[in-house]
Amino acid sequence: MQLIKDQQIIDNTWQFIADTDELKSGDISMPLARWQGEKPQLLAHDGKLGVRISSADSVDELADDLEKLQLIELDFPDFADGRLFSQAWLLRGRYDYHGEIRAIGHFIPDQVFYLARVGVNAFSPETSEELPEIINKLKDFTVNYQSSIN
Amino acid sequence: MYQYTDTDQTLVDERVAQFRRQTEQFLKGELSEDHYRALRLRNGVYIQTHAPLLRVAGPYGLLNSKQVRKLAHIARFYDKKYCHFTTRQNIQFNWPKLETIPDILAELASVQMHSIQTSGNCMRNTTTDHLAGVCVDEIEDPRPYCEIIRQWTTLHPEFDYLPRKFKIAVSGALHDRAATQFHDIGLHLVKNAEGEVGFKVIVGGGLGRTPIIGQVIKPYLEKKHLLSYLEAILRIYNLYGRRDNKYKARIKILVKESSLAKFSALVDKEWSHLKDNNELSSERIAAMCAQFSAPAYDDGAVDDQSFAQQQAADQAFATWVKHNTANHKVSGYRAAFVSLKAPDSPPGDMTDDQLDAVADLADTYSFGEIRVTHRQNLILADIKQADLYSLWQKLAELKLATPNIGTATDMICCPGLDFCSLANAGSIGIAKEINEALDDMDYIHDIGDLKINMSGCMNGCAHQSVGHIGILGVDKKGTEWYQLTLGGSSENNAAIGERLGPAVAKDQITQAIVTILDVYIKQRLEEESFLDMVNRVGITPFKEQVYATH
Repeated sequence: MQLIKDQQIIDNTWQFIADTDELKSGDISMPLARWQGEKPQLLAHDGKLGVRISSADSVDELADDLEKLQLIELDFPDFADGRLFSQAWLLRGRYDYHGEIRAIGHFIPDQVFYLARVGVNAFSPETSEELPEIINKLKDFTVNYQSSIN
Repeated sequence: MYQYTDTDQTLVDERVAQFRRQTEQFLKGELSEDHYRALRLRNGVYIQTHAPLLRVAGPYGLLNSKQVRKLAHIARFYDKKYCHFTTRQNIQFNWPKLETIPDILAELASVQMHSIQTSGNCMRNTTTDHLAGVCVDEIEDPRPYCEIIRQWTTLHPEFDYLPRKFKIAVSGALHDRAATQFHDIGLHLVKNAEGEVGFKVIVGGGLGRTPIIGQVIKPYLEKKHLLSYLEAILRIYNLYGRRDNKYKARIKILVKESSLAKFSALVDKEWSHLKDNNELSSERIAAMCAQFSAPAYDDGAVDDQSFAQQQAADQAFATWVKHNTANHKVSGYRAAFVSLKAPDSPPGDMTDDQLDAVADLADTYSFGEIRVTHRQNLILADIKQADLYSLWQKLAELKLATPNIGTATDMICCPGLDFCSLANAGSIGIAKEINEALDDMDYIHDIGDLKINMSGCMNGCAHQSVGHIGILGVDKKGTEWYQLTLGGSSENNAAIGERLGPAVAKDQITQAIVTILDVYIKQRLEEESFLDMVNRVGITPFKEQVYATH
């Protein structure tokens, strides 16, 4: 599965483990609850660590853990649910997070320009046909009116 | 008025190109109905009963003659030779073809106009006092702040997918003509004890299904903090506003359910992180104020003697002056309303020829500027008193001089069942019927100040809940009925109208209005307005008569 990171199409190297899945080797991301519940074991893991958050989660709960996390996935339940735009802004603007922020789930290519502005730097669309479209739509505007992350 | 910089023009042009691509993708079947819907709404495109509807932004109601001529051109070539002015000081076209809308937007961009965020769950067109900059009771001109807010809200990357739509209004005068207490955020320019001007911030007001009067969240906010404070409110709303039920998704419900104190604490905590990093500089404010500097008024305008003579000689002119003009801060000038409430025309509508003619009148008499009011009329704000007579004659020829501003026939009316896919009942037809029943101008002038607002459904586009008389169309088993309320107001004395009783049948509604007005005429005290009387006696005397005859 391919995705876009920093405006390039790359292969995904991360695996997701749900709450009840066995731990896998390599780079893994997991739901917020699992991270919070198994932090000591997970910190001993040999790959990189990431957390997947949904709209209702609060990134405030990750504030003290961000240095340990190389990936935050924002899982869009529905493209119209705009909470994750603010969560992305908070990760970058409030908590100074420098790792990868990846949009996954039901976002749409027409949102990527805004998502990039609030600090999302990776996009994993539902179909690979959307990859070139996303690269193009990241360039929808050359100007803006207000400060944000980018 | 504000002139676009290269940045403004580029942004609007790029938005047109973006929407053109999106529309092409949709028409080729490459973009789903659901996704395209969200995108077109953010460009003011609804799909209505008969055709798409395009809502064009009238930034805080201010237009120039070139823009109005462009609206005439669009009405003529892309639509059915008319357009409609709305309560958000916007402009609607009812019949454009979807595939031509990108071309219409390109035409608008050529005169520094757009339709960005005029619908959808995002920050909408900021509205203000239609007499901003010319009224006599002004603390400071609100328009520079409206433009600053317009820019901040436009294509805001974080707040384009809010729980629900979000509306901001700004008032700079003592008399609130912008209904600020019924907005998601209302801003009042106020002076503090030291004589400095800042903002009183009101939050959580709104109309629609659940009308709520806004509450003061910040009695005084320094100007430099305007955008950081708005950002704090919007972030809290975006994160915590309800998304499970669209009827409970407006910020008014969040404020009500969490309490103002708790909401305010959340906002203050968020703001504490932002306020020192994102200040509005005094240079930026001064530069924006310079964009709205006063036009070159004629010092000699006040010396004119003809105005008084013409009023004395021509009673019809005097009547028009009394009802359709307003005091101006510069002696010798008045603001003149262009009434879009002629008896035989749908409220707020204007033809292509009327638009062109009013653009010419603005160039001749009013520094080329035209304003849209939130009661769906226009204003030429800077008319020399010596010019009022000839302006009046020309407006009368255009059927734009009905002397009814602020009276019973100056109704706010939504498009209703005739055009809108949401409506339960007709409104334009009822407005016409009421107009016909109240065809005696002397009677209307005797009734005096009266705001009748009529919406064809609960969404309340015509603000019926704050009408002195509110009329709400409801559907009862497939037939159209009308719910009446009395005593609403969107001004300083904000109030939500009280329900009179059971809904009235379509063929009875006009008689009910006439009955209400008869009760007023018979029971009013000397010099007592309709609203004052309702506040004094309550709804009972009206109720007894309306339901006695039905």
